[in-house]
Formats: sequence, C-alpha cells, structure tokens
Amino acid sequence: MSKPKPKVAFFEFTDCEGCQLQVANLGPGLLELLKVVDLVNFREIMSEQGEEYDVLVVEGSVASRHDEERLKQIAAKAKVIVALGACATIGGVNNLKNLKSLEEQKKIVYGTKVDPVPDAIPTKPIDEVVKVDYYIHGCPIYGPEFVRVMEHVLLGKPYQVPNYPVCVECKQNENICAYEKGLFCLGPVTRAGCNSWLPNHGGICVGCRGLLENPASDAQKDILAKYGLTVDEILDKFTLYCGSKKESAKYGQEFKK
Amino acid sequence: MDKSSKSKDVKIDVHYLTRVEGHGDICVDVKAGELKECKFKVIESARFFETMLRGRLVYEAQHLTSRICGICACGHSLASLKASEKAIGVEPHADTVLLRKLLLHQEQLDSHVLHFYVLVAPDLLGVKSIIPLVKTHKPVIERAFRMKKVADVACEVLAGRHTHPISFAIGGVTKIPDPAQLKKVHQMMVEARADFEETVELFKKLTLPAYERKAQYVALSNDEEYAFYEGKININGEKLVDVQDYKKVIIEEVRDYSSAKFVSVNDAPYMVGALARYNLNGDKLHKKAKDAAAYLGLKRPCHNTFMNTVAQVVEWGHCLEESIAIIERIQKEGLNEEKILVTPFPPKDAWPIKTKAGRGAGAVEVPRGILFHDYTVDGSGVVTDANCIIPTNQNINNLEADMRKIVPEIVGKQSKEEMTLTLEMLARAYDPCISCSTHILDVRFV
Repeated sequence: MSKPKPKVAFFEFTDCEGCQLQVANLGPGLLELLKVVDLVNFREIMSEQGEEYDVLVVEGSVASRHDEERLKQIAAKAKVIVALGACATIGGVNNLKNLKSLEEQKKIVYGTKVDPVPDAIPTKPIDEVVKVDYYIHGCPIYGPEFVRVMEHVLLGKPYQVPNYPVCVECKQNENICAYEKGLFCLGPVTRAGCNSWLPNHGGICVGCRGLLENPASDAQKDILAKYGLTVDEILDKFTLYCGSKKESAKYGQEFKK
Repeated sequence: MDKSSKSKDVKIDVHYLTRVEGHGDICVDVKAGELKECKFKVIESARFFETMLRGRLVYEAQHLTSRICGICACGHSLASLKASEKAIGVEPHADTVLLRKLLLHQEQLDSHVLHFYVLVAPDLLGVKSIIPLVKTHKPVIERAFRMKKVADVACEVLAGRHTHPISFAIGGVTKIPDPAQLKKVHQMMVEARADFEETVELFKKLTLPAYERKAQYVALSNDEEYAFYEGKININGEKLVDVQDYKKVIIEEVRDYSSAKFVSVNDAPYMVGALARYNLNGDKLHKKAKDAAAYLGLKRPCHNTFMNTVAQVVEWGHCLEESIAIIERIQKEGLNEEKILVTPFPPKDAWPIKTKAGRGAGAVEVPRGILFHDYTVDGSGVVTDANCIIPTNQNINNLEADMRKIVPEIVGKQSKEEMTLTLEMLARAYDPCISCSTHILDVRFV
C-alpha cells in the first residue's frame, strides 16, 4: 500500500513571481515532482484550490498589514513551511523601501492629496512573522537547489544552507576573479549555493542569497587583503539585498538611511 | 439564489483571480439588469520601485527594475538600459542592439506560450488548470513545455537566465554568447516550427467568445519592422510621438475622488499588447505569421479583446522566424566583441563614478504591451528621479470598459457561473501581470 502523497501549496506575497516561474520552468522536472506530491494550490497556474495542505511554500515578502494577517492564517494550516526566494528569506530588493521614510515615499509616488496604501508597512522577510523550516535563497531561486530542498522536505530531513562564500563556487567554475578585473564583487561575503550564477556570465555577485552568518569574520579574507579592502568598504557599495534587520545585523550596524 | 438561474440580479466577487500573474479581484454588481458596479481591483501590496531607484547607481537600475516582474524581466531590463543610456549619453553598438532584439523576442516567446497554453487553454478545454491536461492531453502539455524550453534555453545562452538577465549591461554585454550554444538554440528553433504549426491547428479548433468593442490602441511603430525594441509611440495609427515626449500623450493622474492613478490617452482608456501591436503594425509581420493570422480568422483591425490570445499565437510565429534570422546573421557576420564587451559596473579605479547628468526615457514592447522607464541621473551616476509605466496599468481601465460593455450583453443570458467564467476569461485575455506594480494605479485593499 502506498502512503497518501503529501499535499503542497504555493502562496505568494509581495514580489515579482519569478521564483514560482522557476518552479513552473522545471518542465519535465515539475511533472516528476507531481508524481510524489499533490499540488493543491498554485494560483499562478491553477484555478483549483485545496483547503488542506501539509507543505506550505511561501514566495514574497510581507509588505502590508493585510500580507501579515494573511500569512498567519495560511501558515496556521501547514505542517512544514518553506520560504521560496530572496523576498521571502531575507526580504529581497523590497528591503530598499526600508532604507527611507515610508511617508516620504508615499508622497513622492502618490502626492499629498490621497494615501492609496494606508496599509503599507516596512518590508519583512516571512520569518519575522511565522516560523520557517526550510530556506531556498536567491533572486531568483536556483532550480537545482529547489529540487534538492524539496527532496529534504519530503524525506523530513533538515537542509543545511551553505555557509561558505560564493567565491568557493566561482573558483570551481574557473572564473576570472572580478577583483582581478578591477571590479567590486560581493562574492566574498555572500552565501554560496547558486553555482556563482552571475560571475559565470561576466557579472558580479550582488548578494541576493544574503550575507554569510558572520561576514566580518567568515569572509574570504585573502581576497580582501590582496586588494586592500575591508568588508565595510565593499558592503557600502552594494546594498540591494541587505536592508532587512536580519541582514544589517550581520553586517554589525543599521544601514545608513 | 439558484446558481444556474439566469437572474437579472447578479453579484460576482472573484477573490484572487487565478491563472494570472499577481493578485486581482473582479467585482460586478447588477441589479434589475442594470450595472451598478464593475471593478477590477488590484490587491498587490505597493512596492515603491520608483523611490527605491532614487539614490541608486544607474548601473544598478536594470538589475533592480528587472525585479519588478519575473515574467517580463528581460523587457524591464531593456527598457531600463535604454532609459539609462539616454540619460547618461551612451550609444549602444549595432551588435548590442541586435542581441537585445533577439533577447526581447525570447521574452515574447516565453511569456506568450505560458499565457496561451498554461493560463488560457484550460478555459477553452473546459478544465481548471493544465494539471488535468497532463493526463488527458499529454502531447499538448509536452509541446507547451518544449516551446517554452526554446526561449528559456535561448535566454540562458544570451543573458545567463530569463528571470533577471545577467549579461546585458549599459553600453553592451558582459559575456559574448557562445557560438556552439547559439547553434544549439538555432536547431531547437528550427524544430519548434512544427510545434508552432500544431499550435495554430489547436487554436483553429478552439472557439473564443464573440464580442466587439472598438478601443484605442497604442504600440511602438517603426518603418523597418514589426516593432518591439524601438520606434515611436503610435496612437491609433493617427499620430506618432517620440518616446522622450511620452508624458505629453500618456497621461497619468491621481484623482481626488479615488485612490487611483489613472492612465489615459485622449482622455480615454486604451489597450496595449499583442492585439494593439497587430492592429497597428500587422502589415510588417513575417509571412508565416500573417498566414497563421489569416488561417485563425484574425483580421485588421480586430476589436474583439478575446482575440488578444490569438494575436499572441501569431506573434509567437513571428518572433520564432525573426529569432532564427538574427541567429543566422550572427553566425554569418559575427559580433564585434571589441565594441560590445563591457564590465557590469565601472572598475574600481573609476570610483567615485562620474557620468553625464541628464534625463532619458526608454520604451520597449513587452508581451503585455508598451513599457516605459524614465530616469533622471546626476553627474555622479546616481538616479535622482524615476518613473515607470507598466502595460497592465495601462490596460486596466480598458478592461473595466470592456466589462461595462459585456456585462449588460450577457446578463439574463448566462448563469452566474457562466458570467463569472466569461469575465475571468476577459481579464485573462489581457494577460494581466499585476505583480508589475510600481505605483499601482488602482489599489483598493479588500
């Protein structure tokens, strides 16, 4: 007798839906996943909506009181919660909103006559609202890592997010170091796991998977020393993904407003 | 009330419309056959991209703004690069432009196939999603995945990935596409011609609702080609306006009585997207696409909004043929690596960064219609002001105008369930992408 398949639901909050698209893009891989789970909610591609689910996959940040209440309700039904993508795991680019006064920004976008978004709050990653069991980092997520994490979820085993820098993967891929090309790069202070996606294509790491747990002590010191740089100096240049409380605490300070 | 009765009193409230990108509700209230309320409510939380951009380096702009939408990430990147380059006075090389056009075709290929197979086809085949089709229509689903794969692989080869492209930068590319990989993409595209023909046959068998309302249509147009990457703003085929002057014709306003930003042309709603492009530029389509249009009964001008999906099928054939032609040209003539290979940011020894100060607007046609980015940059390369106008924002007023026209036509003739489905199909025909909410025009929390 086969056991009933675990029910999996996807919900999204404030984001670009690009991470769910990576899941839809798995194509034949998605069909494989459907053999072992029951997909009961995936609004981007399905009209059917199941009431019950075991595994909740959440994409997006919490950016309004409505988001916050809805997330609590949705999470109450789930046995396991997976945060999908940078917006959910660290707040993503939505964090940039937190670096400025919300009232000021409303005035710039909507003027002073009306406030069409009275509900807006500073951006939060979802673990500031509910307990998260699995983290799938990245902006967007890296497809192979999604599959790996889902395997752990289905087997009920914990998944260890790599806590070594992107430089490790970048060296394995034999890329020329960005610093060697005279560029700044967040690789030395950013969690690996993306297979150094950006440097592989001539880009520089912008830190989308979040900073290492303790960048000041864990960073690729040899690289920084070689180019006469400090962690503070390179982090000052690129704050696209580092605006949440959690990320700036790792950096040891609140980012300059 | 009996669900199947065809009452003259109908209240429809579709909370979280499915099979669209982003969150939207449909609300309709009819009393004694008269339409009282008819709204498409956007319920995505505000993201404040325009203020996020302020204070960022112009070199970060395309990375940041591609995150507005995971589905149109390449289009946002390209509109952003065009606005950035215009602002700081950078002129991209012709080969860079060629690669950008090729990338933009992949966006249409990728998004259109997602829309007409995954989001729309279930309605036409009478099911709730593609999941049951995996069992009943396996070859159709496999074909859809195959067609989507072509664009995904092409984006990987050109830009590193489709969602949040990596290697397209101000003034060029950070990596030259590998010729062996391009050859593989070319092969996949040639093979996809058969899948396109099968798709046309499938849509020939499906029936879209009959409906007509003459709308205003807006798209980029140029003399050389079926415009996606460059051109002037074509308004109803009557007027051509330079993109830098977009604010003179595309009017965004906050109105006192509503918490909404309205977008209008000639004081009225307008439609953007595949049908608008087809109506304005259809004579410049590739012959194979023109043949498909004729075969599927799409004629210019077409005023049936539901046919936007058919126009997407037609554009798929066009973009496939154009992509094949561009790759063959690259294979024959090569790319000027010296002129187009750039770094993603200025190197360390060029910091603090200095640029020309200025303002620039960039527009491209993304799957859902014309997209504008507009930046002002100071002399240190920092964005001081930004504005983005998203296709779905432009379409929502037109969708509501369509709803106001169609509801009286179907009330009393369709049951509440049938009416709901008709309205959902109407909204889906626009392929609304609500996650593209920068300064969302119509935020009413429910």
